[in-house]
Amino acid sequence: MTTMTTAERELQTGKRTLVEMNWDPVTRIVGSLGIYTKIDFQNREVAECYSTSSMFRGYSVFMKNKDPRDAPFITSRICGICGDNHATCAVYAQNMACGMQTPNTGEWIINLGEAAEYMFDHNIFQDNLVGVDFCEQMVKETNPSVWAKAQRTPSPNGDKHGYRTIADIMTSLNPFTGEFYLKALQMSRLTREMFCLMEGRHVHPSTLYPGGTGTVATIQLFTDFLVRLMKYIDFMKECVPLHDDLFNFFYEALPGYEKVGQRRVLLGCWGAWNNPDECDYTYKKMSKWGKEMYVTPGVIVDGELVTNDLVDINLGLRILLGSSYYEDWKDKEVFVKKDPLGNSVDQRHPWNQTTTPKPQKRDFQGNYSWVMSPRWYHDKTGEYLALDTGGGPIARLWATALSGLVDIGYVKAHKGKSVTITLPKTVGHPEMELEWRIPKWSNAIERDRARTYFQAYAAAAAMYFVEKAIDQVHKGHTKTWAPFEVPEEAIGCGFHEAVRGVLSHHVVIRERRIANYHPYPPTPWNASPRDVYGTPGPYEDAVQKTPIFEENGPDKFKGVDIMRAVRSFDPCLPCGVHMYLGPGKVLQTQHSPIFGMMGK
Amino acid sequence: MQLMKLPWLKPEKPIPLDVHVIWLPDGMSCDGDTVSVTAAEQPPIEDLILGNIPGIPKVVLHNRVLAYEQGGDNFMDWLYKAEKGKLEPFVLVIEGSIPNEKIKQEGYWTGIGNHPDGQPITLTEWIDRLAPKAFAVIAVGTCATYGGIHAMAGNPTGSMGLADYLGWKWRSWAGVPIINVPGCPVQPDNMTETLLYLLYQAAQMAPMIPLDENLRPTWLFGKTVHEGCDRAGYYEQGDFAHEYGSQKCLVKLGCWGPVVNCNVTKRGWMRGIGGCPNVGGICIACTMPGFPDKVMPFMDEPPGARLSAVGATVYGGVIRTLRQITNSGINKEPKWRHTGKKLTTGYESTNYVTGRDGRQ
Repeated sequence: MTTMTTAERELQTGKRTLVEMNWDPVTRIVGSLGIYTKIDFQNREVAECYSTSSMFRGYSVFMKNKDPRDAPFITSRICGICGDNHATCAVYAQNMACGMQTPNTGEWIINLGEAAEYMFDHNIFQDNLVGVDFCEQMVKETNPSVWAKAQRTPSPNGDKHGYRTIADIMTSLNPFTGEFYLKALQMSRLTREMFCLMEGRHVHPSTLYPGGTGTVATIQLFTDFLVRLMKYIDFMKECVPLHDDLFNFFYEALPGYEKVGQRRVLLGCWGAWNNPDECDYTYKKMSKWGKEMYVTPGVIVDGELVTNDLVDINLGLRILLGSSYYEDWKDKEVFVKKDPLGNSVDQRHPWNQTTTPKPQKRDFQGNYSWVMSPRWYHDKTGEYLALDTGGGPIARLWATALSGLVDIGYVKAHKGKSVTITLPKTVGHPEMELEWRIPKWSNAIERDRARTYFQAYAAAAAMYFVEKAIDQVHKGHTKTWAPFEVPEEAIGCGFHEAVRGVLSHHVVIRERRIANYHPYPPTPWNASPRDVYGTPGPYEDAVQKTPIFEENGPDKFKGVDIMRAVRSFDPCLPCGVHMYLGPGKVLQTQHSPIFGMMGK
Repeated sequence: MQLMKLPWLKPEKPIPLDVHVIWLPDGMSCDGDTVSVTAAEQPPIEDLILGNIPGIPKVVLHNRVLAYEQGGDNFMDWLYKAEKGKLEPFVLVIEGSIPNEKIKQEGYWTGIGNHPDGQPITLTEWIDRLAPKAFAVIAVGTCATYGGIHAMAGNPTGSMGLADYLGWKWRSWAGVPIINVPGCPVQPDNMTETLLYLLYQAAQMAPMIPLDENLRPTWLFGKTVHEGCDRAGYYEQGDFAHEYGSQKCLVKLGCWGPVVNCNVTKRGWMRGIGGCPNVGGICIACTMPGFPDKVMPFMDEPPGARLSAVGATVYGGVIRTLRQITNSGINKEPKWRHTGKKLTTGYESTNYVTGRDGRQ
């Protein structure tokens, strides 16, 4: 599937009856997102979609002139579910700017904290938020025939997870009463305890500093982590087969379901977990140490790996104004003309961005969101690509599989094909090997499936990190933080994977203060509005053309297929998502003149 | 024990079986307090929702992050019902800083739901509509209580805390002041326990919730971080950490624990695990009205620390006095967190600040 331009779509639509359906706020996600659609119920398809964000907070504005060392503490507050990803990314950026390196043991502690974050966050989102869209109550209300079929369909992996039929799985996902729902909620707490062991507090860590951590590296610390990790790994051996059964059933029960949330394969991953033996945080060696990360960075276009080099990734970043409420900065100061390798840095690169908010009325034919439009400039084709993260895991697994660089025993990437995850023996299950294979589509079901597999990936990687950390303590290497001075002038960047995808922080330091700071989390990528070239953002793109399988008509319409498409991206907009489901207003039956007017 | 007299105690209005909680994380927020509460275990949120604690009303929670509804009108209906007085009694929970929507001519900083003309309904409009109808109003997290991060110097939105917006003397129709449960984010159990207290109060099983002058529950915020810190022994011996990662006292590395009202060192973060100075993280005073401006840069030694650290071995009474001075300093918000049409945070806007009149 390709990203069609509005003009092409206009020709193909012709005359049709469209019903306006809006979800503002969208529930069961973090933050404020609104999805505004026009639905063609006769042809059971979404014709048009806009995503809007209802909040502006102004981090890039008020961080100016602050002490750069404060950046991890402040930026953590950007996100209430993955704030630590920001704190970590800010540490990476400060490490580069101040020319320091986290001591080996400190890096393993950060990696363990971040692994626990992935284990927690994907877990609570998958089974306490997304899972509700697949639970008995929801399926009965939206697709009674699917519920009837689920009751007749045995679970192929029933011996592993204990639920005899697909219907039993759905029942177990009912909110606050379902057995698996409650078990997942308990697991989300256990994993947060693991997180607190490493980073102090969830979700805004207390023990992360530029230069490392304040966590005291003792044998007890890692024992406490390991015993909890083994319980989670035991849980994974039920969780992954359960989700495979559930998601495969949807393809089987609703032929064509692969089209829900499907878009062109345009994925970005900025890499996760640094290898302390390789990563010195210098920009000059970033190409090399980026490839040593335990999740490999990558830009994927139509299934092909375009680059896995962090310097290329960095230089390709462009922030387009799109349909957002900000003033342009094309005539403002250029902070960074060349990167430390001598490459030119674009005016629309985050290092050179100047954020000036301009509050105004919402206008879907003009400006309609507080989210800007980050794009990746593909210099070979001259395209500004609206990359998505697929909620994180699908891009991470895909990029790691294509590069084939990761091999740590518990996790192994098979170049161009798959990733295998080996989970050791636990109290309830023997050793288990899981294999995630590159899927045929980038769609809602595959994004959700990848999330479950990545939970297992994070757990397996944590096994490796724990072993490395204990080894350091045995050797007496308990230093976790390195002293440093803030330089008079410097620039830095950090690349990381927030739970739901790509995360970058760009800092410019002058007179030992922050002169410019721009964090780019995953949601601006995924939730961005139409950019200056008229290219829709990924949510908009994925929801447009999504077929409708729900059995309810416009009067009782819940929009479950649309919401499955949107939630598969794991929206997290503590910067903007609201959902408004109106009774439905029938627009005029005519060639809609609104089409084709989306750009600026 | 003096019990509250509430209207529903009359024969025709029995003690409620359900208490609706309208929880709006739609201030300038990261939703971190909502997420935090899913970690609570004393009590866990599901025990309140399922009615697992005997004698108290069941919570019917309306929070967009944890809702069953797909969103839109199905979710917004609860807010409209509350506005019309159809959900009595309900507790209103506000999460996130309250932006000043009056400093600009048009547009919105944050909103939830839409007006008939399609423009978002701002959070402050919702507060104006719902606060007068609520049995009690809780500000959860430091953004909602005192302004927090988004109310930092130089912010473009004129953000403030809920009591700055509604007034510090504000009372609900039931006579309950605003209840502030600060923390960035809120310690999970601190919030569910405060909610539990209010449920006991609604069931006539507890007296008026005890609050200090900054509207914090006294049993949670009456002691300092330092008084609960297991590193205080190092302090007493004048043995201080000079690098992060040490297990000694962190006051010389930026810890404000001696003058900060918070129970995290006693309670830990979850099941006694984690915390701040007790596990190697400097206390950045994230529960305090003066956060973050009065404690930045975070990694520098607090101004009073040198004197009191030297004096630790000399005379306790002097230390207590000095600390009270510092404590009362960070127990006050910076002066730019206020209502009115004027933005005084230091941010110079070129396109929206009216600046016509001063503070209200």
